[in-house]
Amino acid sequence: MTRVLVPAGALGLGYDRAALERGVANQPDIIAIDGGSTDSGPSYLGRGVSKYSRASTKVEWRELMQARAKAGVPLVIGTAGTCGADAAVDWLLDITREIALEEGMKVKVATLKSGQPKERVKAALGGGRLHALPAAPDLCEAIIDACTNIVALAGVEQVAAALGTGADIVIAGRTTDTAIIAALPVVRGDNAGAAWHGAKVGECGALATTQPNSGVIQIDFDASGFTIEPMAAEASATPYTVSAHMLYENSDPFILHEPGGHLDVTRSEYEALDSRRVRVKGSKWVPGRYTVKLEGARVVGYQTVGLAVIRERRYVSHVREWAADVEAKVRDKIVARMGLASDAFSVEIRLIGMDATLGALENRREVPVEVGILGILTCPTAEQAAEAGKILNPYLLHHPLTEDEPMPTFAFPFSPAEMQRGALYEFCLNHVMELDDPLAAFVLETHEVGHA
Amino acid sequence: MPELGSLVSKVRSKNAGPFWLTVDIFCDDPATFARVRDGLQDADVARLFGVERQLLKRFDIPSLNVVKFSVPRPVVQGMRADRDMHGAGWACLLEEFQIE
Repeated sequence: MTRVLVPAGALGLGYDRAALERGVANQPDIIAIDGGSTDSGPSYLGRGVSKYSRASTKVEWRELMQARAKAGVPLVIGTAGTCGADAAVDWLLDITREIALEEGMKVKVATLKSGQPKERVKAALGGGRLHALPAAPDLCEAIIDACTNIVALAGVEQVAAALGTGADIVIAGRTTDTAIIAALPVVRGDNAGAAWHGAKVGECGALATTQPNSGVIQIDFDASGFTIEPMAAEASATPYTVSAHMLYENSDPFILHEPGGHLDVTRSEYEALDSRRVRVKGSKWVPGRYTVKLEGARVVGYQTVGLAVIRERRYVSHVREWAADVEAKVRDKIVARMGLASDAFSVEIRLIGMDATLGALENRREVPVEVGILGILTCPTAEQAAEAGKILNPYLLHHPLTEDEPMPTFAFPFSPAEMQRGALYEFCLNHVMELDDPLAAFVLETHEVGHA
Repeated sequence: MPELGSLVSKVRSKNAGPFWLTVDIFCDDPATFARVRDGLQDADVARLFGVERQLLKRFDIPSLNVVKFSVPRPVVQGMRADRDMHGAGWACLLEEFQIE
């Protein structure tokens, strides 16, 4: 039997302190928490930085380090610093060192880095060992070369190797969401289907319970299944909340692909042990070829955005033609004055209040009170994007609907009304890479931090 | 005809990784589930989301009273033309769909 304590769906999201204490008192074998995902977009991976504030991360990580010391078991985090790039692992290691010194702790930390050298990925592409997943973008060597970060998603083998160093704390770069939870049960010989399924249910913390914000859950894995119990007193896991969790962020609610195989929950059975705990059996692990999924991000331009608000009724009711005219005039002026080729940059105006969320898919047509004008300029360099923003600015302030009318003035919320967004990143990999040795593509190191 | 959102307890859309979008329609009871399952055609959903029908994956899950659709994201998450980083807005298209 292996007992895994999951404090929250992600470090930085917060959790119920009393529930964490209860979980620690239950003597878990390991404390495991996720540190990120791709969900916030490609910029974090592209830059190798965390989405959450350093201050929030440090507060919560300190509490988890204290909980770990009290429980006397390993603490593992996967996808450290939102994206799991090597720089994000170093960032969390740095925070860990600070806390250890401040708390007078002496801890052994294992770092598992997932960053992939471009040469390795290009060799895999050339050698036919890189395989596109459904809806993958086209890939070539030039795109791999353009990536600022490429990471591979580690599975249980790599996390288990990190735990095998005897580390008190494992800071892992990109892992699958489930691997940090499934690793110890798999290593200890608990049912593999249960290990992966329980890990999937648990990776979002208490999201699979009636009180998602309470965060803390405990999962017991054994030879035939797993049992999930929320640690917040008022939270319950029910067969419905647990089975419905396979829907979440999964394109297929029954199959989950992982390094070295897939989980099949088609025949899983969910039983309420009481009003708060659910027992799950019948989940199946199907071994397959050993592959790891890759994620990569590259810079595709630099952006300036401008924001204005149109309130005047006549302009609001003609805002589409107005916006199309501004787009065309700004485009012409960027070509004429900055000398950019017309296909080297883009000018887009999104109408907030009309269809900014859905674009062409929007099917409601109502005239709003006011419309936010979001001008988005994308250019090859940051300097060009800044210049283009200054060309856009006067149009957002004063552009008339027709030539023969008094000059209008729209609401600018800021001075200046345009803002430099920096680099625009794109995800450019949705591929798996074959590995003969699961550990070959990852870097495992140990560090003694703090002082006795 | 009522809007689908007025019949069900929740419609949720979310990224399933950067390249896929998944939408879950949570019905409260088997009767509503059957109504949604029978009243919502694949072609309707493909048209609402602007994707080819053959690319649509559909799961009717009676044990949860859930109808689920997954589609390749019309625009990959975070690309210049993406308008909704987490994909939450697509749910509105189904909520407002008029169903028999």
